[in-house]
This record gives sequence, C-alpha cells and structure tokens, in this order.
Amino acid sequence: MTSHPALTFKSIAARPSPARATGVATALQRQLFSSLPNTLLTLLLFGVFAWLALKGLSWGVVHAVFAADADQCQVARGVGACWGVINEKARFILLGRYPQPQQWRPVLATCALMLPVLASCNPRLWKPSLVLIWVSGIAAFTGLMGGGFAGLIQVPTDQWGGLPLTLMLSVLSMVLAFPIAVLAALGRRSGMPAIRSLCQVFIELVRGVPLISVLFMASFMLPLFLPADKSPDVLIRVIVGITLFAAAYMAEIIRGGLQTVTSGQTEAAASLGLTYWQMQRTIILPQALAAVVPSIVNNFISLFKDTSLVTIVSLYELTGALSLALGSDPNWRPFKIEAYLFIAAIYFAFCYAMSRYSLRVEQRLKRKGH
Amino acid sequence: MSQLIAPRRAPAVTRRKLSWRSPRVRAWVYQALAILIIALLAWALISITLDNMRLRGIRSGFDFLLQPAGFDIGEGWLNYDSTNPYWKAFLVGLVNTLRVAVAACMLATVLGTLLGMARFSRNALLRGLSYGYVELFRNIPLLLQLLMCYLLFIEYLPPANEPLNLGDMFFLGKNGLAFPFLDWTGGQLQVVYPVLGDLQVEGGGMLSPEYLAVLLGLSLYTAAFIAEVVRAGIASVPRGQHEAGAAIGLSRARAMHLIVLPQALRLIIPPLTNQFLNLTKNSSLAVAVGYPEVVSIANTSLNQSGRALECIAIIMSVYLTLSLLTSGLMNWFNRRSAIPER
Repeated sequence: MTSHPALTFKSIAARPSPARATGVATALQRQLFSSLPNTLLTLLLFGVFAWLALKGLSWGVVHAVFAADADQCQVARGVGACWGVINEKARFILLGRYPQPQQWRPVLATCALMLPVLASCNPRLWKPSLVLIWVSGIAAFTGLMGGGFAGLIQVPTDQWGGLPLTLMLSVLSMVLAFPIAVLAALGRRSGMPAIRSLCQVFIELVRGVPLISVLFMASFMLPLFLPADKSPDVLIRVIVGITLFAAAYMAEIIRGGLQTVTSGQTEAAASLGLTYWQMQRTIILPQALAAVVPSIVNNFISLFKDTSLVTIVSLYELTGALSLALGSDPNWRPFKIEAYLFIAAIYFAFCYAMSRYSLRVEQRLKRKGH
Repeated sequence: MSQLIAPRRAPAVTRRKLSWRSPRVRAWVYQALAILIIALLAWALISITLDNMRLRGIRSGFDFLLQPAGFDIGEGWLNYDSTNPYWKAFLVGLVNTLRVAVAACMLATVLGTLLGMARFSRNALLRGLSYGYVELFRNIPLLLQLLMCYLLFIEYLPPANEPLNLGDMFFLGKNGLAFPFLDWTGGQLQVVYPVLGDLQVEGGGMLSPEYLAVLLGLSLYTAAFIAEVVRAGIASVPRGQHEAGAAIGLSRARAMHLIVLPQALRLIIPPLTNQFLNLTKNSSLAVAVGYPEVVSIANTSLNQSGRALECIAIIMSVYLTLSLLTSGLMNWFNRRSAIPER
C-alpha cells in the first residue's frame, strides 16, 4: 500500500529563536529606546542631565577653590565654588558659639544623645529599659553641654548652637511629645465627651496653625503667662512650643494606629477583667504603636527639618549658626550658597537615612501581615 | 419524670448606687476633674498674664488696629502707605499670603502630578530622575530651600537695567520678573507690555524676587510631596486595570488618563488636601526672605505696637480660617469626584 503523498510528514522551517529577553543591551533597548518618542525623550533628558552635570562639575570641582583663602575665592566668584568657606567656618556652623576650648563637650554630648536614638531603632530593644537609656542619654547631654560641675565650666544655653542644638531640639521634643501624644490620642477616642472634646480642640487647634506662630507664642507670650521672676530661658520655651506642636501631629498618627486594632482585642481584654489602663498598656498600645512606627519616623523627619525655624526666634541651630558665622564676616559673606549646600547635605544625610529606615520597618510590618 | 423547679423570683429593683465601681460615676468624676483642672489653669494663666501686663505697662486690646501702622510694605495689590491703619496692613499681608499660596498650590499640583506619573513611565531615565528629585527636595528643610532660592535670585540674576530678555515679553532681573499685564484704562481693556527703560523695566506687571523665591521654593518643595501622593494613588489601582485598558486597545497614556487616574483620584484627594494645608501654613516661612505676608506683617506690628497677644491671635485665626476653608473646599471636590458606588 502506498501512502498518500499529502499525508507524508514534512517539517516546516524552524522558527527563529526568540529575541533575548535578558541582558543589559536588551534592558536598555526596552527601557530607553523602545519607540521613537521614547528615544527622543531619553535623548532630551540625557542632554539636560548631562548639561547640568557638566555645569555642576565645572562650578563645583574644576573651577572651585578648596583652600580657605578669601582672596582666591573672590577671584573665582561666579565661575567656581568656594569650598574654602566650609574649611574656614565648619567649626562655627557645626557647633555655634560654644566656647572654643570646650568644644569637645558638644561633640561628646551629641554622641551621648545619639546612643538612645540608635538603640530605639532596634525593635529587640523596645522594652521598658529603653526609658532608662533615654533618661541617662538626655541627662548626659544636658550635663555635658551645660556643665557647672566636676570642673566643667558652666556654659549658658544661649551659647549652645549648631548641630548639637538641632539634634537636641528635635530629639528632646519628640521624646517629650510622645507621652502627651499617646494621652491625647486615647483621649480623642475616649467615651467621655468632655475629655474627648478637650483633646480634639487641642489637636485641631495646634495642627491648624503654622509652627512659626507656635514659636512666636513660645518666645513672646510664654513669659507673660508665667510669674515674672520664674520665666524660663528661651531654649526651654522653644522646646515646650515644639513639643506641643509635635504632640498634636503624633496624636493623630497614634489615633490611626489605635484604629487598626480590632474591637475584638478590646473585648477580649475586657473579658479578662483588665482595667482600662492595663488594657491599653498591655494589649492595645503595643499593637497600635508597632503599626505606626514608620509614620512616627516620618513625623520625626519633618520635625527634624522644622527645627530650622527656630532661627527666626534667634536660636542658633545649624541654619542660624550659618547666618551668624557668615553674616558677621564680610570676607566670607558672598559665599553663603556653598555653606547652604554644606548644611543641606547634612540635613539630607540625616533625613534620607531615616526615611530608608522607615521604609524598612514598613516592609517588615507588611511581611508580618499588618 | 421531670419535676418543675420553682420559677425564679423576679430580680429585685436595685437602685443604682453611687458607687466608685460604676463606670458612669467614674466617667462623670473624671470629666468634672478634667474641666476643673483646665478651668483653674486658665484662670491662673489669665490672672498671671494680667498681672504681668500691668507690671510691665503693656496695654491690651485690639484698638491698635485702628491706629496708623507707620511702616511701609514692599508689595501688594492694595493701595497702602504707612499712614494707613494696622488693620489695612494685615489685610495687605493676608492678600499677599493668598497670592503666593494659591499660585504655589497650582504650580505644585501640576509639577507633582507630572513627577508622580513619571514614576510609572517605561523610560528608566525618567523614572530615575523623578525619584531623585523627590528624595532630594523632600529631605532638605523648606526654610533652607527658600533661603537658597532667594540668594540665587539676588546673587545670580542680572542687574535691573540689563535683565534677561525672554522674547520681548518677559524680563527677568534682580528686581523681579516683568510680564505683560492687562490694563483697564479709559474704559477699554488692553495689554501693556513691559519695556526696557534706562534704569529698569517699565510698564506691565512685576513680580518681586521675594515673591518669586517664595513661590518657587514652596512649589518645588510641595511638588515632591504631591509626587509621592500621586505615586501612592496610582500604585493602589490594581494592575488588572492597566491591563484591561491595554486589552481594549487604549494606549498607555489614554489608559492612564481614562481608567487609572479617575480611580486613583479618590485616594489622592485626601492626602492632597493635607499637602495644600501644609503649603498654606508653610507660606509663613516667607518671613525669612522678607516677603510681606501675614506673619511678617504681624511680626513687624508686634515689634512696633507691643501687642504680642493680639498679633499672635490674628496669625492663628487667619491660618485656622484658611485651613478650614481649604479643607471644606477639598471635601466638596472630593464628594464631587467620588465614583458613585452601587
């Protein structure tokens, strides 16, 4: 028998292998040059970016003056940056008007203050003993900065300045604001109408006004509110102002955390016979606070940036110390922009690190199924 | 065989006792205590304040608003000179605040939306640059950005008599940006173009470098935050929606415009409102570059008249009102743009 010619198997030509889907060249092609508009966009963006980068390099590196020499800087003015101003003034910008021979103290004090902050970043240390670390850290900071004992010369608060002051204002206000915020958040969810409305008025009032008006109030009005002979110095008044401001914002964050705790938890705790405070302390708050750690860190970032406003009520933290350092020195005054970039880099380093940390905590929370 | 048990007696009517164990009683006591403490505190504060004011000879009251202010204000839309009363100075400040805040809100929204959408572009360079922008501007204090912006304007712009000429219509120099302006003279509307004079640009409208610095600083800073809000909103729309758009043959841009953005808008508006509120409050930082907005006017008035309480009360009430107005407006917009659910 013969097979029908149409039924004999004939292979068709092999298909070409698919285009490479991996590798740098393909990725570049797909990402940057996939179509004509995309290619044009890439070229345009690259052109602008390259132009800016070249300009920046030429200003910041090629024509820049790195030596602390005001005359050389004056010559290069407009063409190149004068990084010498940082060499010359870094000490003043970072530490403010603190007496020169004593300047190891703010450095050491800053380290002492950073210790509890870093410890708080580790979830394994989130337990009651952390409070002890905080108290000792803050005590060490104020002791070292203020002095007046054990042979340390007393340094009045109006000479504190620079980075230690920035860190102290933000860290201390945040720590003091925390208990107030927890109470205000609990109060805002309380079943007692009087307490609820008191907390609500406080939170909404403070959140509705700019920090600057709170600072004005702290520096101009607080002295009027207190007996004339007991008026605290401006640093304490400003800390009180920032603390109240931060507390209102944090209270809203914590309230958000409280809302994520299901009512079953409250009911379970109540059926165990726990009192209100036992319930909050052992069941509700631990869950609520853990859920809002990223938001609290973000709040701390904005507080850290906001401390720059105390310049306006004449405290010389980082931004204020800069104006003080350059404003009084006609040789270096024209090179403010370089000094601004210097402290911008410091702020950026702190804030970016914190925002990375906040993102990491958020991702860990997501993995745990919050 | 079952034996009926005797029916239980009806519970005795217990009189509600005034016991500490009753939550209601405790609630009443706590609230009464809280109110009492607040009242005592307020009374103490007021009496101490009044004492202090008497001791230092500080006069109080809002009557100073009617007295002549005695200081000049650099710019504003209202006719104002130093013989005008304080209330008019505050009004000029308020208008200046609104003038910069509203413009900055619009600019920041446009820029922020573009940046937020750019995070979803196919183009890696665009994505990267947008990310870089957001991180850079978000992590540097606004005050510093404003100061830098202002410094750049007054340091690096050409002098007033030889400004940058942008197409014969706009002139950018040390004394600001001149632009064509509508003029209403002799009953007819006409456009007045700025002309380069001997010493400076004449005619047309003029935006001062202070205004420009505040406007630019506020918008660039807030745009970074709005970009994040928009990004989060778009990211929350499920991938299936993008894919469904592609399946019915829409281009990426049209799918974004017709399908994704309307859904993202619901999630974007509440945090966007917060950003507008923040921007309005942040406009108070303009005091640092000498732009005469309401805080700066209040600060000057405070130093001149010594009425600290009153001036700060005015600042606070202005911002509280603005906050309430903004959130009211945005709530209305939110209701309007909400997708009706079944």
